[in-house]
Amino acid sequence: MNDLDAEDRLRFEQLVLPHVDAAFNLARWLLRRREDAEEVAQEALLRACRSFHGFRGGDARAWLLQIVRNTCYSWLENNRPRELMVEFDEELHPRPVATPESIAIADEDRERLTRGLETLPPRFREVLVLRELEGCSYKEIAAITSMPMGTVMSSLSRARRQLCSALTSSSHKEAVREV
Amino acid sequence: MRCDFADSLLQGYFDGELSSASAVEFERHLQQCTHCPVELVDMDLLSERLQIAQLYESAPASLRKKIRANLRPVAAATAMSQPLRWHWLAAAAVLLLLVIAGWRVNSVLRTDDYQAELAEAIVDAHVLSLQSGHLTGISSNDEQAVNGWFKGRLKFVLPARDFANDGFTLQGGRLDVVDERSVAVLVYTSTGHLINVFVWPTQGRDTSAQVGSRQGYQWVDWRKGRIEFCAVSDAPTSDLQQLQRLFTN
Repeated sequence: MNDLDAEDRLRFEQLVLPHVDAAFNLARWLLRRREDAEEVAQEALLRACRSFHGFRGGDARAWLLQIVRNTCYSWLENNRPRELMVEFDEELHPRPVATPESIAIADEDRERLTRGLETLPPRFREVLVLRELEGCSYKEIAAITSMPMGTVMSSLSRARRQLCSALTSSSHKEAVREV
Repeated sequence: MRCDFADSLLQGYFDGELSSASAVEFERHLQQCTHCPVELVDMDLLSERLQIAQLYESAPASLRKKIRANLRPVAAATAMSQPLRWHWLAAAAVLLLLVIAGWRVNSVLRTDDYQAELAEAIVDAHVLSLQSGHLTGISSNDEQAVNGWFKGRLKFVLPARDFANDGFTLQGGRLDVVDERSVAVLVYTSTGHLINVFVWPTQGRDTSAQVGSRQGYQWVDWRKGRIEFCAVSDAPTSDLQQLQRLFTN
């Protein structure tokens, strides 16, 4: 991160570093594996630092997340191109093994939601993560994903419906198995 | 068969993204449509499940460390290879204070009994704001304007209020950084004293006012409705307690 002078470095620390959690969270949900997310988030931060000179105010979180997203997609293209083509892939994840009774219901639901989210195509998964976990406004999501506002809404709508149906079918299967 | 609005207005309505006029109009639609109200409930249930499951994954310490490591050595090398300039010194001082404040809050926010150390970090942040002259991101005594400025910058609803009639004039607000996380700050003046009210979300229960002082600054800390407030100033403690009562009433 050689390119910043002291003043820019300070601005970078103040404006961008508070959003490292957001960067990691988005990468984790796009790549689905924490180790990969850590590697790619770090790379994204490096890129952010290199191009920080071009950043003049505005929404630093959206700016950083845009870089994180692009870095994730290019990483996926190089490493797991198949994932970018799937529409809805149940095969990506084997059914979870039955959860021990000792685990709280909340944990069980967390597991189910995680799997449900991970079976969504990345482009639906990301809008849901940005909206529901990161609390981004539509305008921010549009800026991060370079989608028009209408596409943000329709993607959110499809993401929500797909997740709902993934959850219903998984609990249905579990109910059948229990019988 | 889904309603034509399901992919657009329904989402905007659910996410609070419609203008108030459009929202009212859409509510009229909701009274007639047989599909949208059902989807609305589904979306609400889903959103609640996602929140309860706490799926947000914070950056691991190892990642923060790597990022810092990438920034720091270069910083040291640059400092040595160039003549020292005042703003570099200032930057270093600010960084140091931020790091100290960060460490303290980081190590204390997760425990229950952390008042003393919290006060230390917050008072440091208060002093830092006075020194840097960076007091307000928005300067306004208009509650709506300040709330509007914070909206979209925060993940929680900040109750910015002006208490000019009671002697506490809202000057504005800003975002500050404590422990690499954004906290909101409301800035007030009262009989010549400047008061910073640091505000951040908490999981803790409501508490009554805890008071203390440090380095000649007084602080009053309280929690209400999953939000923690810490008012800091060189004004007397009784003033800060009065401000606390105004906030909680």
